[in-house]
Amino acid sequence: MTTLVRAEGVHKRYGTLDVLKGIDLELAEGEVLALIGPSGSGKSTFLRCVNHLERIDAGRLYFRDRLIGYEERGGKAYELPDRAIAAQRVDIGMVFQRFNLFPHMTALENVMMAPVMVKKEPKAEVRERAHALLARVGLADKAHSRPDQLSGGQQQRVAIARALAMRPGLMLFDEPTSALDPELVGEVLDVMRDLVRADGMTMIIVTHEMGFAREVCDTIVFMDDGVVVESGPPASVLGDPRHERTRAFLSKVL
Amino acid sequence: MSQQTARPAARAEIQAVPLRHPGRWVGAGVLGFVVIFLVQGWVANPRMQWEVVGEYLFSPAVLSGVGTTLLLTLLAMVVGIAGGVVLAVLRMSPNPLLSSLSGFYIWVFRGVPLLVQLLFWYFLSAVVPTIGLGVPWGPTFVQFDTNMIITQLTAAVLGLGLHEAAYMGEIVRAGIASVDPGQTEAAHALGLTRAQTLRKIVLPQAMRVIIPPTGNQVVSMLKTTSLVFAIAVPELLTSIQGIYSRNFQQVPLLTVACFWYLVATTVMNAGQHYIERRFSR
Repeated sequence: MTTLVRAEGVHKRYGTLDVLKGIDLELAEGEVLALIGPSGSGKSTFLRCVNHLERIDAGRLYFRDRLIGYEERGGKAYELPDRAIAAQRVDIGMVFQRFNLFPHMTALENVMMAPVMVKKEPKAEVRERAHALLARVGLADKAHSRPDQLSGGQQQRVAIARALAMRPGLMLFDEPTSALDPELVGEVLDVMRDLVRADGMTMIIVTHEMGFAREVCDTIVFMDDGVVVESGPPASVLGDPRHERTRAFLSKVL
Repeated sequence: MSQQTARPAARAEIQAVPLRHPGRWVGAGVLGFVVIFLVQGWVANPRMQWEVVGEYLFSPAVLSGVGTTLLLTLLAMVVGIAGGVVLAVLRMSPNPLLSSLSGFYIWVFRGVPLLVQLLFWYFLSAVVPTIGLGVPWGPTFVQFDTNMIITQLTAAVLGLGLHEAAYMGEIVRAGIASVDPGQTEAAHALGLTRAQTLRKIVLPQAMRVIIPPTGNQVVSMLKTTSLVFAIAVPELLTSIQGIYSRNFQQVPLLTVACFWYLVATTVMNAGQHYIERRFSR
């Protein structure tokens, strides 16, 4: 199996606050990884580093063996220009806690925008694919609705379709169900589950849904205070945690 | 139990005697009387020379002045809005030199009275007699007499437009700042460049916040163009002044000016209302 994401000693600082204190992590193609931990543990920050929404201060972060946000020449890292960073992100889809759909576009336009704008794909082809994707997330009849006419669960499903329209090799989910009413969580998790089962999509999911993580994920990574405390298959991390901090956290959320 | 107590009470209609407001009626009566008195005095005043108002209302000189006023408003707003977008983007640049230059511009152009700026552009040729294209401190390729380029009209457009740009810069910046940062993140995550994100995602959403104050600026600009009478651009007020300096019918002719300014601002207010409704969706 090829390695898709590799983190080596990733550090991130906000002023004097160390948010990430050396994260080492590997993600194979087709693997589904859940990042769990208390709020403020740095899991969302790490996820945002993977597509360079946050720049890292130390360490190395690779996607498909290429440094993210930088270029290495002669042992030195050079910052990449805006255009090159944008090109790196094309292959990485992201779904946000607060959906972040574009409110001035319909659901269909949201899904079509990036493939047409960024990849310059023919509009007719993209439209067909966008309709298929909306149908796949169960929103075929909402193609011409605007985000404010959709429920939170529907908006998040459009956001997933929007990310998938770019045919990404990796999907990042930043607490995708945390902003949803409890009865709407299931419809979003169903779509994510289908992505794993039907497409074998590689995913990193920051989540508090322990049941879902146990069922779908290959690896659970427990983070606390900017470090990886424990990682492994769900059965061991969730079922038989070795560290006291993991146990304390799980006793509160399970 | 609650059915027996609550329901009949809720159903019974209240047959109350409405409260009287005698104070309001007296106030309205007094004010109404004052207004009627003033309007009657104005309209019936034989020195108002209403026939002069009628004579000049649609005269070619006045109509051409109205045209110049509208043209000036349009050109100055085009300069102002384009300049404002540039200033706002510079102001938000991570480069400290660019952002402070934009801040400096806004400080200068908002700080100096517009009338002074208009005169400044008009008299520019006194200190800069020629304007040329070439290498700084090096050879010059083409050269023009400043008075040929900076005519009264260009001085007016420059003066009004550059001043307006400072205000529009702040309006556009507030509009851009009002867009949720999550929108920019989502666009970046999809692989849009910074320029694409600004054009496709941020500016269209900033429009909701930018358009209402811009509408006010247009209406305000229409009235502000009257200041260029100081540099003798033949807009509405200058034309009116030209006429009353010959026939001494100041008030009737200023009434003509009021009429046209009110017509234009009323039409613009209606247009602004329509555009706001379209963009508030």
